[in-house]
Amino acid sequence: MTPVPLEWYLMLGAIVFIIGVFGFLTRRNIIMMLISIELMLNGVNISLLALSHYMQDMRGQVLVFFVIACAGAAVAVGLALMIAAFRNKPTSHMDEMDILKG
Amino acid sequence: MDFALTLGIIVIKIAVVFGIVLFHVAYATYFERKIIGRMQARHGPMEVGPHGLLQPFADIIKLFFKEDIVPSHADRWLFYIAPAIVVISSMTALSVLPFFEGFVIADINIGLLFILVITSISVYGIVIAGWSSNSKYSFLGGLRSAAQLISYEIAMGLSLVGVILMAGSMNLSDIVKAQHQYPLGMFAFPQFLGFFVFVVAAFAETNRAPFDLPEAEQELVAGYFTEYSGFRFALFFLGEYIAMLTMSIMVTLCFLGGWTIPLFMTNALPFLSYVPGIVWFLMKVYAFMFLFYWIRATLPRYRYDQLMAIGWKVLIPLSFANVLITAFIMRWL
Amino acid sequence: MLPKLFFVYFAVMIIVLSLLVVTRKNLVHSIMWMLLLFIHIGGLYLFLNAEFLAAIQIIVYAGAILVLFLFVVLLLNIREEFGQRWFIRSWQGRGFVAAALLLAIMLALQYIVLAPMGKYSIDYIQRETHAKVLGTVLFNEYVFPFMIIALVLFVPMIAAVVLAIKRRKA
Repeated sequence: MTPVPLEWYLMLGAIVFIIGVFGFLTRRNIIMMLISIELMLNGVNISLLALSHYMQDMRGQVLVFFVIACAGAAVAVGLALMIAAFRNKPTSHMDEMDILKG
Repeated sequence: MDFALTLGIIVIKIAVVFGIVLFHVAYATYFERKIIGRMQARHGPMEVGPHGLLQPFADIIKLFFKEDIVPSHADRWLFYIAPAIVVISSMTALSVLPFFEGFVIADINIGLLFILVITSISVYGIVIAGWSSNSKYSFLGGLRSAAQLISYEIAMGLSLVGVILMAGSMNLSDIVKAQHQYPLGMFAFPQFLGFFVFVVAAFAETNRAPFDLPEAEQELVAGYFTEYSGFRFALFFLGEYIAMLTMSIMVTLCFLGGWTIPLFMTNALPFLSYVPGIVWFLMKVYAFMFLFYWIRATLPRYRYDQLMAIGWKVLIPLSFANVLITAFIMRWL
Repeated sequence: MLPKLFFVYFAVMIIVLSLLVVTRKNLVHSIMWMLLLFIHIGGLYLFLNAEFLAAIQIIVYAGAILVLFLFVVLLLNIREEFGQRWFIRSWQGRGFVAAALLLAIMLALQYIVLAPMGKYSIDYIQRETHAKVLGTVLFNEYVFPFMIIALVLFVPMIAAVVLAIKRRKA
């Protein structure tokens, strides 16, 4: 029963993070951008948890706990902003939100 | 070899639980119709078999041979997946529930949280069913149902925190053991607030009367599964009844002492300790299932704003108060 | 061998699912793939002996955050991005930037040095149960951050209500 090397977890975390970055850079829908941010946070969480497990330390896991809480807060505000913006102009496409007056 | 043996035992356990639960679901529908019939001074099903005892099988056969219709503009894949999500999630919940001493498929440390995980996933089945049918009734029913489930999930989770605090564990078997050692034998007495909140939330979580808003026939035809027919409809039905059974078992395990009875009862009447635990367990579960039927036959339906007001303005503050009081008493008294 | 096999399954699934999430045109499909992704990430957490966090991951992400996304998508009726490019025009360039970043992270991973081992060994966590160990650390060493998190959750709640409430025209 050889354990899984730590590097594999870190690489997985990095790949998920990068996919999130890719989505954030290329998609222009606000909801997709928020989802991409969640993906990035999940990539970071995987790395943190793996490091915490391999170093036998609880600090990483506490940080994961805080990250999950903050993600919830971020999404709540982001979606509320989106609903507020949607009322002024019914689009969820970033590039179409190009008027400066409400 | 050892691995194979463990696997074999688990598979047999799953088969046993599965068979028993399916049997219970089939007869839960029968007893629901019978009991509500009696409460409304009629007989209920009487035609198929003696006193209609074979009615569930007739229903199953009917549902399986019905035509399976998919609405023309439905999102086909999601339409297929939605009932599967509901059934799979409600059946997965059974895997962590202990039925008597030592009989549980997966004895995990976070059994209680696992139930909450499963209920939060089953919301998707309902929303997706409502959305993918591409029908107004389904869509509104799905949204209503999802909002209701999410709101009451908070109250349900918080009401269980008091139990976790008193038992010092999230393992369901350990919670039952902790209740057995507790002088009153049931957490329903010290946790009466949590018990009340959990019972009300259980009714809302399973979409039962008086909170069956998503299925309000007069307004929404049948709610999120309006467009479903045949065995997909049967799957939703199965999911709902398994969820009812799960909730009854959860109440039994967390508040009513599971397969144990209070110590003062066995002290007063020693012969009671020879009764196997499964008998007490089933008695409690059946009593709670009866409560589901009883309330459905008795109470009228709430309005949607009343439902939300009860959830957010009554149950959640009550369960917060329960957590605070329990923590305070556990710490300083 | 068995742990590696499990890891490879979860890793492949996570990568494929996250690619599916960012490339779907239909937002609801994207969200459903995301649900599957979160369940797999929860499975990976179980694999790292963090069963409490696995449950929290699914309860919070799948049960709260993703449902919020789904609700907004459904209520605002953003079914599909009809007639729009769902990627921006120069997505190859951005993809290149992301790939370069990945390469940089991979290179940086080669030089990773682990700090000395802590005292929370796997045996200790399994004996004490993960929830208990995490709670002990959280409420003894990190009480103040925990309170700040409470505030961080409370303020957005007010903000969300204020932002989303329908303002009457004065």
